[in-house]
Amino acid sequence: MRGEQLTDHIDTIESGVIALLARRVPADTQITSEMRIAGDLGLDSVAVLDFIQDVEDRFDLSIPLERVAEVQTIGELCAAIETLKRVAR
Amino acid sequence: MALLSKFDDLRAALHALAAGGRNPFNVRFEKISSATEAVLEGRSCLLFGTNNYLGLTFDESCVAASVRAVHADGTGTTGSRIANGTYGDHLLLEQRIAEFYGKRAAMIFTTGYQANLGLISTVAGRDDQLLIDADSHASIYDACKLSAAEIIRFRHNDADDLARRLARLEGRPGHRIIVTEGIFSMLGDSGKLREIANVKREMGATLIVDEAHSLGTRGKHGRGVGEDLGVESDIDFVVGTFSKSLGAIGGFVVSDLADFDLLRIACRPYMFTASLPPAVVGSVTAALARLSTDASLGERVRQSSVKLYRALLQEGFAVGPEPNAIVALKMPDKETAVQFWNRLLDQGVYTNLALPPATPGSLSLIRLSISAAHSDAQIETALVVMIAVGRELGVLGETPARVSA
Repeated sequence: MRGEQLTDHIDTIESGVIALLARRVPADTQITSEMRIAGDLGLDSVAVLDFIQDVEDRFDLSIPLERVAEVQTIGELCAAIETLKRVAR
Repeated sequence: MALLSKFDDLRAALHALAAGGRNPFNVRFEKISSATEAVLEGRSCLLFGTNNYLGLTFDESCVAASVRAVHADGTGTTGSRIANGTYGDHLLLEQRIAEFYGKRAAMIFTTGYQANLGLISTVAGRDDQLLIDADSHASIYDACKLSAAEIIRFRHNDADDLARRLARLEGRPGHRIIVTEGIFSMLGDSGKLREIANVKREMGATLIVDEAHSLGTRGKHGRGVGEDLGVESDIDFVVGTFSKSLGAIGGFVVSDLADFDLLRIACRPYMFTASLPPAVVGSVTAALARLSTDASLGERVRQSSVKLYRALLQEGFAVGPEPNAIVALKMPDKETAVQFWNRLLDQGVYTNLALPPATPGSLSLIRLSISAAHSDAQIETALVVMIAVGRELGVLGETPARVSA
């Protein structure tokens, strides 16, 4: 998936992130951007970091750990990705 | 809200664990009888969860050196080396560990945890980038928290992933510092140091390797996986511990870096903690001498590890990827792991229970450590117990038709 054409539009980022997260939670889980990745979706700290690696591969970027620590919700993660993509360009 | 309510999840997890039998984080030995046996709950048990890889904790020469040092220099240094001064034996140990690795300089720390904390947080400054293996030990993660550098994880043992992450940093100022391990503590797998060293050379970076579990257990001279794979010259800093193969406590860093000693006045986890006490310095120096002069210790632990690993695999256990002095048994779930660990202890075999989130891939593990001091009979006894419990709990899978030599 790496390297595929992506727009940096936040909605596109969000749908990509939610698709990756959906693989790690029970099939019928409703995921919304307001949800907290660890608190609401039941991922432990290692599972969160593994999910972040999936995100990094999908969007071809590295999200520094200190940045990950600041992020709680899916929406905040998407905003961080959008910023990192913009800075990298 | 109570001060510790932030740990409600931990409290619940601990209660659930203790409900399965014992509290695995609070095992109380009534007596440590030898490097491989203890008394627990009033009866003797075999120790297969102590990281006592060379079995030197009761070695006569180490005990004698420790006793001599207490008599000569007292029970403690009562302060840090920068404030209270360095003892002759601190310098001697630093010299010996540097010689052992063939490096220019060594620095010793009060624990292995502090060695990682100190080195990594100090050498990685604000504009630098730390690239750490995802399965790194907690001390490496905590060092990252203390460092002002940008922290990037690469996929476990994946040199290609590391190279991609380094490539993304192209054009950015600062030093790239790669951190990985000789043997990873949970599954007992070796770091792919050849591949990582290639990436380091090609892309330009500093390489730190933690040989905590591989000192004494790998390499012709016992220097670890770096020696075993012939990449020692690519490793800029080797970190290690005195608490496993060398049977005491403490940590070290060795390096050829020209101005390495500058770290002594920059590295806060070195500067602001009391230095190692004489008894520890004495026994570690003696243990290092034992390791340096007796290759049979390393050979013995490797042979026993391979033997136990193969036997467990043959019986249908799901084991870690390769035989090392750490052998991990993968359990189907947390509850079975807790039950398995308790049943082993009921039968007099002490192991480590490792559960998520402390484990990679959210695995529930029974973690064994093998010692050069384990006799063949002790290994056989532990194996028989593990097979019986494995059958009882239904965790044995297909027996491989043939386990390759």
